[in-house]
Amino acid sequence: MNKNYPFATVLAATTSLRNKTGSWRTMCPHYVNLMPPCNAVCPAGENVQQWLSFAQKGHFRQAWNVIVQNNPFPAIMGRICYHTCEKVCNRLHLDEAVNINLLERAIGDIAISHGWKFESVIPATGKKVLIVGSGPSGLAASYFLRKLGHEVEIKEAHALVGGMMRYGVPRFRLPDSIIDAEIRRITDLGVKISCNSRVGNLKSEMNKFDAIYLSIGASKPTKPDVEVRPGSTIIDAVDLFKRLTNEQSHSSVELGKRVAVYGGGNTAIDAARMALRLGAEKVNIIYRRTLNSMPAHEMEIHEALSEGIKILCLRTIKSVDHKEILMEKMNYDEESGILTKSGEEETVTADSVIFAIGQFVDDSIIKNIDGIAMADGGIIGVNECMMTGARGIFAGGDAISAKRTATIAIAHGKKSAHYIDAYLSGKEVEQKQKPDIVNFKKLNTNYYPKIPRINLLPAASISLEERTVALTEKEIIVESSRCLSCGNCFHCYNCYGYCPENAIKKLPDGSLEVDLNYCKGCGICAVECPCGAIKMMQEK
Amino acid sequence: MSYPTIGGPAAEKKNTNVAHDVCVQSQIDRRNTITSGHRACQGCGEALAARCVLDAAYSATNGNIVVVNATGCLEVFSCVYPENAWNIPWLHSLFANAPSVASGVAAAMHVSGKSTRVIAQGGDGATTDIGMGALSGMFDRNDDVLYVCYDNQAYMNTGVQRSSSTPPMARTATTFPVGSYLGNDAKSGKNLPEIAIAHNIPYVATASVAHVTDLEQKVMAAIHIRGARYIHVHVPCPLGWGIKTSETIKIARLAIDCGLFPLFEVVNGAMTTSFTIENLVPVEEYLKPQRRFAHLFGKNAVPDAIAHIQKLADENIKRYKLLGENAHE
Ligand SMILES: Cc1ncc(C[n+]2csc(CCOP(=O)(O)OP(=O)(O)O)c2C)c(N)n1
Ligand code: SF4
Ligand SMILES: [Mg+2]
Repeated sequence: MNKNYPFATVLAATTSLRNKTGSWRTMCPHYVNLMPPCNAVCPAGENVQQWLSFAQKGHFRQAWNVIVQNNPFPAIMGRICYHTCEKVCNRLHLDEAVNINLLERAIGDIAISHGWKFESVIPATGKKVLIVGSGPSGLAASYFLRKLGHEVEIKEAHALVGGMMRYGVPRFRLPDSIIDAEIRRITDLGVKISCNSRVGNLKSEMNKFDAIYLSIGASKPTKPDVEVRPGSTIIDAVDLFKRLTNEQSHSSVELGKRVAVYGGGNTAIDAARMALRLGAEKVNIIYRRTLNSMPAHEMEIHEALSEGIKILCLRTIKSVDHKEILMEKMNYDEESGILTKSGEEETVTADSVIFAIGQFVDDSIIKNIDGIAMADGGIIGVNECMMTGARGIFAGGDAISAKRTATIAIAHGKKSAHYIDAYLSGKEVEQKQKPDIVNFKKLNTNYYPKIPRINLLPAASISLEERTVALTEKEIIVESSRCLSCGNCFHCYNCYGYCPENAIKKLPDGSLEVDLNYCKGCGICAVECPCGAIKMMQEK
Repeated sequence: MSYPTIGGPAAEKKNTNVAHDVCVQSQIDRRNTITSGHRACQGCGEALAARCVLDAAYSATNGNIVVVNATGCLEVFSCVYPENAWNIPWLHSLFANAPSVASGVAAAMHVSGKSTRVIAQGGDGATTDIGMGALSGMFDRNDDVLYVCYDNQAYMNTGVQRSSSTPPMARTATTFPVGSYLGNDAKSGKNLPEIAIAHNIPYVATASVAHVTDLEQKVMAAIHIRGARYIHVHVPCPLGWGIKTSETIKIARLAIDCGLFPLFEVVNGAMTTSFTIENLVPVEEYLKPQRRFAHLFGKNAVPDAIAHIQKLADENIKRYKLLGENAHE
């Protein structure tokens, strides 16, 4: 109407939407996905935050799918992984870490009980890969290679599949049924596994396969410098576990009532706990350094102590004579790491002594292969692409690492699979840039109520059976809801609710978007985001 | 108690009679009673709080509300001729008379048989100073109006002059600390929520822009009650207080967490504390980030002044049982 009237008499009333306040902005909010600390430290690179986000909605199948993108053994690792993730969980600073390990086990068990299988394989590449050794590393490599379309055959020297998962961990911690169920999924993918087939001549295999992955582990027990007189009962821990692979074999092992275990690692603890379960009444672990410096996981030490096992620290064994063990007391300086003899001696009696002071890599398989060499520390040398000095031969797991855990073995299997795939296809492995890690300071913790952590109850009795306490679905949901979702939006809508400009748009699918027409760049959304998933960046 | 996220289930319901467990502000269909394009400063606590209050009232009445606004920032930044940010029936008359105008609107609704709920709103200047007489009359007559005060603790619209809600020792344009004068007088000011309680009206509450679910619950409870009702909302002003525009909510939360701004609700004379402090902080944490208190810190720090403010917080904690019913004294 009346355009000819002077200003301010008849301007048609209009909405303030005409005023695009986005022009005031100097800083602009951006939604980001950052790296949660749990994910950053997980050797296998599990996207813990993502699978917890599915679990907390009760979407267990999706949660499981996310886990198996990086780790094909949720039920196994949910039992034996040393979960470094929980050590760095940001929730530790609030109350207690999320019980990631227990949740992984719960979801792994649900998958087994529902018979969930891996998604089918992509079209065949026509390439054949041999994997030597069926431990966690070899199996993981086979899984990832198979999913990439390669034909995979595993040769295993022992009678049973699983490597140290089978022979290095006692059954009360990891039942056979669980190992079998998770391996069956891999053979269902078409991976061929032959047991009792030790690879004697690697050279001849090299002609039959396009690539080889050596996941031979560290299988030879280290012999301690101990004088053992005739008539003494000595057994190596790994041999002990091998002899105990089934219930029937238990009677064949006679350890006696008093057992001593020599060593300070997880195997020593497992052996001691196994001895208790085989009828021993008094079990002593003899370890040369202090309790604090034991390489065994603190949770396992704690469980052993609570079962009545004694740990005799700062002692080495000099000799074993029938039932008498002669020990020497040691001095150890935790700061400098210097261990010295004290000259003071002591004896303890034991019907049998279990040695658990470590294993070394059996290098006979690589002896006559050009290019492959042992590196310092008695491990097989590999380059950053996991390849040994011989073209097409890769290696991983305990055989190449001083830190010997199943999780690291899986990580090697995964990494090697991708490098083997690149080698076979002549492509390069894509190097993804890792986003920033979210530390506790980046969170706004005012929005997280304290919620007690759900823990496994301590076992009622010392038993050869695994203590089977399944979490209820509700418990899984409650515990996984404790995840702070560090660095990844969890749709709390604080940004949407707190923006004084209504400049955050909530889309019908629930996702969020900044309306640049009106955002003034105040930064409230970024400060009030509980999980640090909004970053203010300078406007260009 | 921790602060629920806006999209999460609302804090445990108190003695309010509304059943809603999801925050209106998280909903895609919230009214946006004040729409985008308004001219409030970046990070304005008042603009945000007003939208939260009115969206909640809108949602609780299916949009059957009318709003009377006193002069002040809220009115000025929302309707600069010919633009208008209001998505509801809204009217502005003068600085001093919003309660009286609202009483009239309520009477008109009554005689014309309409069930429309009437809300009056204004800043602390409008409420505790110039409109105080009109408001007291509205309370006294128990007129059917919900009055909401957005307390940014000074006359912000005209350039940060002191009001009777300006806190002790705060610097404003009219209480500039010089020499031994430490800014606003330590013993001055009015406590309007308590004055409202003294009028024996059916509903009085305090609320904060840092606790939206609590704020919404109070509005949704109050909107249906008949008679005069009062809600006093604490809203930081980045410009007037000298805080970062991004820290409006953070500062409002610190005011609650140190005890200086208690959250409570009084229904028919019975008071309940609506937020018990989980992480009690000393008042310094609230004062220090604000430039209006900068003269109390640094080289010429005045420990006595901070001790005095701490004493006020401690008194609140005791009086309003901010650490819970059974907390040790
Ligand atoms: C009778 C009268 N006196 C003075 C003014 C000037 N004036 C407009 S807004 C304002 C300050 C409002 O302060 P407050 O009520 O606290 O609201 P705020 O702007 O802080 O939100 C003043 C003094 C006026 N409009 N009318
Ligand atoms: S709260 Fe709103 S105005 Fe402020 S930066 Fe975020 S989107 Fe922009
Ligand atoms: Mg004001």
